[in-house]
Amino acid sequence: MLRDEDRIFTNLYGFQSFGLDAARMRGDWDGTKAILEKGRDWIIEQVKESGLRGRGGAGFSTGMKWSFMPKNVTDKPVYLVINADEGEPGTCKDRDILRHDPHKLIEGCLIAGFAIGASACYIYIRGEFYNETSAVQVAIDEAYAAGLIGKNACGSGYDYDIYIHRGAGAYVCGEETALIESIEGKKGQPRNKPPFPAQAGLYSSPTTVNNVESIAVVPTILRRGAGWFAGLGRPKNTGTKLFCISGHVNKPGNVEEEMGIPLKELIEKHAGGVRGGWDNLLAIIPGGSSVPVMPKTVCDTVLMDFDSLREVGSGLGTAAVIVMDKSTDIVKAIARLSKFYAHESCGQCTPCREGTGWLMRMMDRMVRGNARVEEIDMLFEVTKQIEGHTICALGDAAAWPVQGLIRHFRPELERRILAYRNSAQSMAAE
Amino acid sequence: MSAASAAPIQEPTSFAFTPENLDRAQKIIAKYPAGRQMSAVMPLLDLAQRQNDGWLPRVAMDYVADLLKMPRIKAYEVATFYTMYNLSPVGKHVVQVCTTTPCWLRGSDDVVKACEDKMGVALGETSADGRFTLREVECLGACVNAPIVQIGDDFYEDVSPQHMTAIIDALTRGEKPAAGSQTGRQASCPAGGPTTLKAFAAPQAKE
Repeated sequence: MLRDEDRIFTNLYGFQSFGLDAARMRGDWDGTKAILEKGRDWIIEQVKESGLRGRGGAGFSTGMKWSFMPKNVTDKPVYLVINADEGEPGTCKDRDILRHDPHKLIEGCLIAGFAIGASACYIYIRGEFYNETSAVQVAIDEAYAAGLIGKNACGSGYDYDIYIHRGAGAYVCGEETALIESIEGKKGQPRNKPPFPAQAGLYSSPTTVNNVESIAVVPTILRRGAGWFAGLGRPKNTGTKLFCISGHVNKPGNVEEEMGIPLKELIEKHAGGVRGGWDNLLAIIPGGSSVPVMPKTVCDTVLMDFDSLREVGSGLGTAAVIVMDKSTDIVKAIARLSKFYAHESCGQCTPCREGTGWLMRMMDRMVRGNARVEEIDMLFEVTKQIEGHTICALGDAAAWPVQGLIRHFRPELERRILAYRNSAQSMAAE
Repeated sequence: MSAASAAPIQEPTSFAFTPENLDRAQKIIAKYPAGRQMSAVMPLLDLAQRQNDGWLPRVAMDYVADLLKMPRIKAYEVATFYTMYNLSPVGKHVVQVCTTTPCWLRGSDDVVKACEDKMGVALGETSADGRFTLREVECLGACVNAPIVQIGDDFYEDVSPQHMTAIIDALTRGEKPAAGSQTGRQASCPAGGPTTLKAFAAPQAKE
């Protein structure tokens, strides 16, 4: 288990104040000026060396992403955009950073913005997080008043503004180019890439979009050293991670743990175990609704990091662990996700717009068993027609849960179809 | 997009921000670079909705579009794309029950039923007295405290059907029941106390 002194988010649960004085006592804003004085290249190198991979789901190297930003841009502004549009079912980690540790995020915004040469930062917070947004705004106001951001931030000579932009209810805005469109005052529909945001992002300016957690861990990494962070977890899967454990556990909750912790240990140590005991486990979605479900046999031994979960055909995603015990109607659980994606499709790409609705209706029939066995293959085939054929990853995200269900629970689908047919026949005979 | 109301909507004939809201609007517009004032359309539509009893009539969209010197159709596009804009009148309390899988696993079906029984409406409807609008909502992003119900701007968490009935009763009496965990949990901390960082599980002592 991760030692307490290696945990970054010491106020995860909000037992203490989120305000500046309390944040400083927890170590935030300590020597920020000295960090900035080491220069852009040093910061980017350190973050690369730490092995930090983006915490929003894709797991791309954060330092590498920053290094893609053009250098010496003088003809237009450069922006840092923070993705706080947290809405992946199962995921509620950024919410805790926003409401309980906002100064970690704001200090990270300053350092990251400096590293990429940004003049301003927009934090895009989902609209439903009204109270969380208020906490971040209070923290931003405190940081301005204390000279930590704004003109001559931290006495560094660097001018930097941070603004909040609230969303208004659209999961797809968690996709970085949809999020940029939304800040520009448009419908949140993803853009074709290239050009990537590093070339032409917000207002056609070079832009980096990072997840809240990715940015909030950066100040601590730089203070404690890239080697410290890289020494936690496993090679290429380094550091600590916020895990959200929901569903059929005795004590659902969020916790910061070391990357690569065994899934079983995570649940038994921090979430009070599976309801009815580990043997009552049916399946787990380990990384938010978009990643494929895993049956118990995989859950018994799998480690919670990007590469381990990919090896078993799932993914770490946002590290949102959705636990389902044996009482779960697994088909209905996945069908509800199909409904979610059909609701949230932005409608821009035909395979997603039409396909997500098709999956939802098909899955509704599978819940009742009102289908033919061949239609299971057809359903799988349709997910393959959506996956990889859309501008953004929402199409993939809609396809994967259904694929995971068919891969691991096909006998259950067939059983229902048979049961439905038998009951229909017996009714006809009466 | 919000569900269409069965009754014909009484559209107001005009809309303008109050002086206080116009001042707020100017401050919001100033957050964006010169010439990029269209970026303020989302916060301004939200402000207009708050001023207009929780819903956006077309004249309010027109007003915001004109204020931002953008085509009105662009404002309609935004207002119809995002689910938090209400395009028809809503009850005094908009009660939104999350039913996405993590909430469903923890019993959101029973919470929905408690709401329907108590309010006498089905999902998507507004009670006859105009007090409640009941809706199903997609993932609210607080899954470790499932089931979640959003009422106005507040999240009610770890909600049982019994809690829901009591909350609705309190709202009916004109009270404002305390938001957050209904079982007394500290935010997202596991029930019974943290498994980590126990030294931080108390407010800091003043130096």
